[in-house]
Amino acid sequence: MKQQILRVTENIRIAENVYKMVLEDPELEEQKPGQFINIRINGLYLRRPISVCESDPGNVVIIYKVVGKGTEQLSRIRKREYLDVLTGLGNGYDLSKAGDHPLLLGGGVGVPPLIKLARMLRDAGKEVQAVLGFNTKAEVFGEGAFQEMDCKTTVTTVDGSYGVKGFVTDALPEDYSYFYTCGPEPMLRAVYKATCTSGQFSFEERMGCGFGACMGCSCKTITGYKRICREGPVLEKEEILWDD
Amino acid sequence: MGRLTVNLCGIELDNPVIPASGTFGFGYEFAQWYDINCLGTFSFKGTTREPRFGNPTPRIAECPAGMINAVGLQNPGVEKVISEELPKLKEVFHKKVMANVSGFSVEDYAYSCEKLDAEEQVGWLEVNVSCPNVHGGGMSFGTDPKAAAEVTRAVKRVATKPVIMKLSPNVTDITEIAKACEDAGADGISLINTLQGMRINLKTRKPVIKNVMGGVSGPAVFPIALRMVWQVCRAVKIPVIGMGGIASAEDALEMMMAGATAVEVGAANLADPYASKKIIEDLPAAMDQYRIQSLGELKGDC
Repeated sequence: MKQQILRVTENIRIAENVYKMVLEDPELEEQKPGQFINIRINGLYLRRPISVCESDPGNVVIIYKVVGKGTEQLSRIRKREYLDVLTGLGNGYDLSKAGDHPLLLGGGVGVPPLIKLARMLRDAGKEVQAVLGFNTKAEVFGEGAFQEMDCKTTVTTVDGSYGVKGFVTDALPEDYSYFYTCGPEPMLRAVYKATCTSGQFSFEERMGCGFGACMGCSCKTITGYKRICREGPVLEKEEILWDD
Repeated sequence: MGRLTVNLCGIELDNPVIPASGTFGFGYEFAQWYDINCLGTFSFKGTTREPRFGNPTPRIAECPAGMINAVGLQNPGVEKVISEELPKLKEVFHKKVMANVSGFSVEDYAYSCEKLDAEEQVGWLEVNVSCPNVHGGGMSFGTDPKAAAEVTRAVKRVATKPVIMKLSPNVTDITEIAKACEDAGADGISLINTLQGMRINLKTRKPVIKNVMGGVSGPAVFPIALRMVWQVCRAVKIPVIGMGGIASAEDALEMMMAGATAVEVGAANLADPYASKKIIEDLPAAMDQYRIQSLGELKGDC
């Protein structure tokens, strides 16, 4: 965990309401897939937590959707501006359990954290498959990144305007060794039910601090209370307790 | 005595800055950001007799110049705080800590306070009769002078350390509650806890916070907090800790000019993990600017 002032070197629209931002600083450490950064935005009180899409030493890429005031303002940040960012937050995915042909399931802006994950799994010699779900064609992004990595990639859209019509769970391959997923909670619940192996889920929650101090993002698990920002955002399938 | 030194109920603090309960965990989360021994002290996470998960999520909402929380006193319970949290804290914090206690009955308060009072690390007991986020406890003791006095008396019976009653601003006349606590033997008063508020999500037409209401904190509440601290300082003779939206050394000085002996910093720690440290570091220059030799000279006679 570090507080850093990062330079914005790119902030472009890549799909409907979806933006890609690149942040740089020579002292920035490589962020793990599944970790997030917490960005201070002028005029807003709480920082906005955004998951890491790609990262090397010195830079981090985020892909975010404009869903409210904070992300709307983030989308208007220009190149060469500086942002106050807390980096290295959250646990990130555990790659050691992937097996030899893991499956990645992403929904909407749940896709970005899977991009770096896919790269690292592929570099470790895994045969990676991906199913990416969106509402409609205009919102689709990231397919190319997975294809470039030679991942067998399927895109689904709810309205059928692109790829397979339906949800990611309508396009699950029959054979996979393990899975990693990130997306909206209804999707995560569906993935929980539809998958036949163990896997890891990345959760989203409204946060106060993002570093474990305020207990704003706690959840109950089989193994006790966890903070999404600290012991999460990635939880193992076997420890998840759904509300209600 | 340094120029930042203050005396809080008989214990000297290197400076008057105290991170507020609920925004600083049990300290060690912040020890990863900086050496927390620079603090005057801090008030640890509100502790209850039994372990609590707290309220369902979402527990947090943004508001202009601040935030709303409805955490609901998540804590591992007083036994585990003593057996697990305090030993971890001891490794990173070598000063007396303020134990923040909440409860659902007078007996609860006395039970937890007696246990924590016996801990060598604990310097003060801060008794929270003002949590807005739990039903049948917390704030219900702090909105009635008789109930606040009853809790004060029960805690004073078991405590050997200074007892500071933390008050709710969600009352018609906060001075009445403060006086009732003083008359019942309280050694100090801290205020304000959060103000009740809410937000609605325009898209879903539902409250942002699952519990509907939460407590508003941050700079938005600072003028209200300052006013209440000023009023209470005029109503009681015991020391007062001022809090509510403090975000800078200047805010801290205003609170002390209103009569506060020390200040607590809350929400600011969440927006910026270094907030309390920066306030301490900025105090000397701010004092120079306003020709304040030492904090002891601020007597609240504004």
